[in-house]
Amino acid sequence: MMPLLTTKGLSRNFGGLRAVDNVDFALMPGEIRAVIGPNGAGKTTFVSLVSGRIEPSSGMIVFDGTDITGQPAYVRVREGIAYTFQITSVFANLTAYDNVALPVQRTLSDGRSKGAVRAGVMAALERTGLADRAHMPAGQLSYGHQRLLEVAMGLALRPRLLILDEPTQGLADSEIDNFITLVREIAKDATVLLIEHNMPVVMQLADRITVFNAGKILAEGTPEAIRENSAVQEAYLGTAP
Amino acid sequence: MSEASPAKAYSLHLGVIALLFVLSFLLPEYYHGLLARIMVLAVFAMGYNMLFGYVGLLSLGHAMFFAAGLYGAGLAVIQLGWGVPLAFLGGIACGAVLALLIGLLALRTTGVAFMIVTMMFAQVFYLLILYFATWTGGDQGMVVPQPARVLSFGATSLELTNPTVRYMTALGLFSIVLLVTSAIVRSRYGRVLVAIRENEERTKMLGYDTFSNKLAAVVISGTICAASGAAYALLFGYIGSSFASVQYSILPLLWVLLGGAATTLGPLIGTLFMYYVIDITSGYTSAYLLIVGIALILLVLFFPKGILGSIRQRWLGWLP
Repeated sequence: MMPLLTTKGLSRNFGGLRAVDNVDFALMPGEIRAVIGPNGAGKTTFVSLVSGRIEPSSGMIVFDGTDITGQPAYVRVREGIAYTFQITSVFANLTAYDNVALPVQRTLSDGRSKGAVRAGVMAALERTGLADRAHMPAGQLSYGHQRLLEVAMGLALRPRLLILDEPTQGLADSEIDNFITLVREIAKDATVLLIEHNMPVVMQLADRITVFNAGKILAEGTPEAIRENSAVQEAYLGTAP
Repeated sequence: MSEASPAKAYSLHLGVIALLFVLSFLLPEYYHGLLARIMVLAVFAMGYNMLFGYVGLLSLGHAMFFAAGLYGAGLAVIQLGWGVPLAFLGGIACGAVLALLIGLLALRTTGVAFMIVTMMFAQVFYLLILYFATWTGGDQGMVVPQPARVLSFGATSLELTNPTVRYMTALGLFSIVLLVTSAIVRSRYGRVLVAIRENEERTKMLGYDTFSNKLAAVVISGTICAASGAAYALLFGYIGSSFASVQYSILPLLWVLLGGAATTLGPLIGTLFMYYVIDITSGYTSAYLLIVGIALILLVLFFPKGILGSIRQRWLGWLP
């Protein structure tokens, strides 16, 4: 099977700092892949390169067989790469409905019927449990609900690859359980790339885990293999066990 | 916001248009003429609001789009002997083309740089008018001759110098632009514009080409402003370089801020308010600009979102 996403020799420098250093990465369709690593390991920079928010210093990104390295972010979104932000950046002054209507109306091919937008928006809001708050301004939603709204916007893009950047940050435990169910649901028709600090969430969700350290891939494997990996333990805990 | 109460918004707009229609038969002569002028300039403000209110791009150069319409239509009549309808369309086309060119260049910048770049282009446009004085009349301006300002339909002809014809033409243009702009801002495209204003980076990550969307907004805005300028030349019969000066770039900003940015009727309210404050105070004192200034400060203090913007925020959430 051909990977959905591959990067070859992908690097990004910020001045003298190599935030992402010569990364070769492959992601199979249908996978839930978690990306973990200490703070400053280059995880967010890596997914920003994939989504097109920043340009690579060198290297290549291939999505579904096409070289997308030079494509602007909005074209990649149309190709099916959706990115949900680490820092919540919903449109605070717009209603939850309008927030989701923006991605929905763009993916509609007929672009005419009002009913199609409404149906698409309500479907995305219902999947994330926000349907009864559709007409609240997004800025007045609770933090957890804003995170869910962010996911709803990503879902409404009907992505083939959904990148979730620390989605459970700031969520209550009860909300996290619902969130895990939601991601499993999403993974039925999309590939998920998940940056996450919450290890129980990672262990429950991920098919495979990629560990970043100092801009490089330190290890990659199943959750069990990663748990046993001594290099990973050293990177995280600073000592060998 | 865009899904809420369309019926109310449309009734309000139609009500305002009907009110302006009735006022034509009630107002004394002086105010009748003044209101016709205000309606034409309110179109200018509506064009400005399209870009400033909805996309959040503050231009300090919109006088050039108004003047492009003004000179485009005026010179077409004076120098080329075109008829009124053709000259009007010619003026609009001048504004649209200019807006496309300026947009392509100026939209490479944002924020303060965008203000400066648009202001510089407008200044270039102003100086070009002075430089080509042989055709434009330079700082003296030119009068569009009265016999040319006639709309002919076969045997009947309407003289644009007739106050009622002038008022109704101004009202016609105002109504069309009001209904068109309110339809645009309620559309899906309008939703994208507001999203760009709120967070451009996020809008890109939803798959929108924000540059093209902003460029389209500049062209729509410039075209509406040019329509106002073209109508001004043909209805009031004078084209002058002062309409291209920086003062006429700042006036629409003031009108929109006063009436309420990103409200459909704010531009009319702001233009109306400003004209009447000047009109009333200048009757009492020669220092009327002082009073205008104080009025502006009070408004900014107590109605920071403009008259209609504050009313919407405090009392009437459905206001378009």
